[in-house]
Amino acid sequence: MSRVVKNKPVMKVERPGMYSLLQDLGRLGHQLIGVPVNGPMDEWSHRLANALVGNPADAAVLECTLTGPRVSFGQDVLIALCGADLQASAEGRPVPLQRPVMLRAGVALEFGERRAGARVYLAVRGGFATEPVLGSRSTYVRGGLGGFQGRALKKGDVLPLGAAEETPLAELLRDSGLPMLADLPRALTLPAHLPGRLRFVPGPHWAHFTDEAKDAFTTLPYRVSQETDRMGARLSGQALKLKAPLELVSEATVFGTVQVPPDGQPIVLMADRQSAGGYPKIGYVCSADLPLLAQSLPGDVLGFEPVTQQAAEELWLASETRLGAACAKAARSLR
Amino acid sequence: MNLQATENRPLLAMPADGSIEPVGDRCLMVRLGAQVDEALSRLVHAVAARLLDAALPGVVDVVPAFTTVAVYFQPLAFRAVQGLPSVQLTRQIEQVLAAGVPALASAGRLVEIPACYGGEYGPDLEDVARQCQLSPEEVVTLHSSRPLTVYAFFFSPGNAFAGPVDVRLQVKRRPTPRTRVEAGSVAIANGISSIYQTTSPGGWNLLGRTPWNMFDITADPPTRVQLGDRIQFRPITPEEFRDTVEARP
Repeated sequence: MSRVVKNKPVMKVERPGMYSLLQDLGRLGHQLIGVPVNGPMDEWSHRLANALVGNPADAAVLECTLTGPRVSFGQDVLIALCGADLQASAEGRPVPLQRPVMLRAGVALEFGERRAGARVYLAVRGGFATEPVLGSRSTYVRGGLGGFQGRALKKGDVLPLGAAEETPLAELLRDSGLPMLADLPRALTLPAHLPGRLRFVPGPHWAHFTDEAKDAFTTLPYRVSQETDRMGARLSGQALKLKAPLELVSEATVFGTVQVPPDGQPIVLMADRQSAGGYPKIGYVCSADLPLLAQSLPGDVLGFEPVTQQAAEELWLASETRLGAACAKAARSLR
Repeated sequence: MNLQATENRPLLAMPADGSIEPVGDRCLMVRLGAQVDEALSRLVHAVAARLLDAALPGVVDVVPAFTTVAVYFQPLAFRAVQGLPSVQLTRQIEQVLAAGVPALASAGRLVEIPACYGGEYGPDLEDVARQCQLSPEEVVTLHSSRPLTVYAFFFSPGNAFAGPVDVRLQVKRRPTPRTRVEAGSVAIANGISSIYQTTSPGGWNLLGRTPWNMFDITADPPTRVQLGDRIQFRPITPEEFRDTVEARP
């Protein structure tokens, strides 16, 4: 392990966890040369974690999947964890989710057994300060670029942190040595309506599917499969059949596009999706419900509920309003 | 990118059957036609350039494909009292396009790309020849004797899609995709030729392989060929392939 240089803020990786990646809000502007957007799987937790430590929304955050890492810092830092509950602790004391917490230099933050969700987001005040690639610090593992050396974290990595303005509150907290329990809104969890039920807008090829397929998609359970990754959530259930084969010209895909390959098993495209695709699109999962999907695990059962385009857009705006209020409150408490 | 809109260019006509449709709740797509061809691709690139140039508030990315241009947006940038974000943006895009879309500067550069056809590099060459009732040599000649226009990149960084491939080489995607297609593979399907940039699964018909690395993040721009460029494949021997093969990340 390299020695920590004084005054240079860093995070040291003692154990990497299963799959820990730096992600900012994504790499826009390069899809036209085939570079995927990347970014967090659960944008809600990512943005909230940043807000809780006073970072801009697009600061790079560590996205940790299923098992968290063991990390420590070269200096006192203000951190926040949002998303999955992986039983975080520091020196045996539980570290709460959705609260800014002051962590002293050298104290290891570690994670235990998973209790709920799939991905926890670790934000550090000042953000991670790796060199942006094509304007973003998001890690694109398939392309081997961005984040920290274009890959998931490994034991022994030392990540640079950005310089952060000291807050008077942080000073106070450091003196107290206690986790900071700010006066934040009670419910910062995902704005779920029914757990495991994803709302979607029927896609351009909806009418090309058989009535049986449309019925199955909206009433039967679909299980998240083992092959799910950051590119797509693969689902298994009753096969969705077309009335007749469709030969399509590839066109734009978005986070949430539900495409159906010839085997009839739907795939919801996620953060590392390709920028265009040619499979029939049965629908688009509402952006507001994507964090729920991002927190689901292989084996989880999901259902799909059709809504109108108007409802989808209103749901997103309502979700933004709710997140915006939480972020504003967090910002006030950090002043 | 060759997507800078250029002054004093003729205005391209918008197709009467063009449309704008939502793609989920954070993207709109301008549909300019149904059949992939060079003229439509030129229009797609010109529309993308015009929309990039317009820098409409709330728009975060503009991405051309074969027959469509995707416009990704941030819904919060729109005032709720004025209606749904997608409806407001649709009106703005219609206004921009109604004012006319300047054609882009004439066709891009001509880039000759070496490709080793057949054998282990192009395992589907003989099958394509059979399907098209041609000899493998004729397939190579038809594929390499004319320039193809770079229509789009997607699937992986720098993964180029170009056409039109000679009509005598009409084949569909393979019924069962391969689980592993080598990086650099030159493939055809549905009148389009593609160069796989990374090793990945894929269902296209593999005719050959280029020793070139088509995407280098340290280069500016990172893609070896640009949208609108014309590319022409030059058949090379396996020896030449091995001698000139470039490292890929």
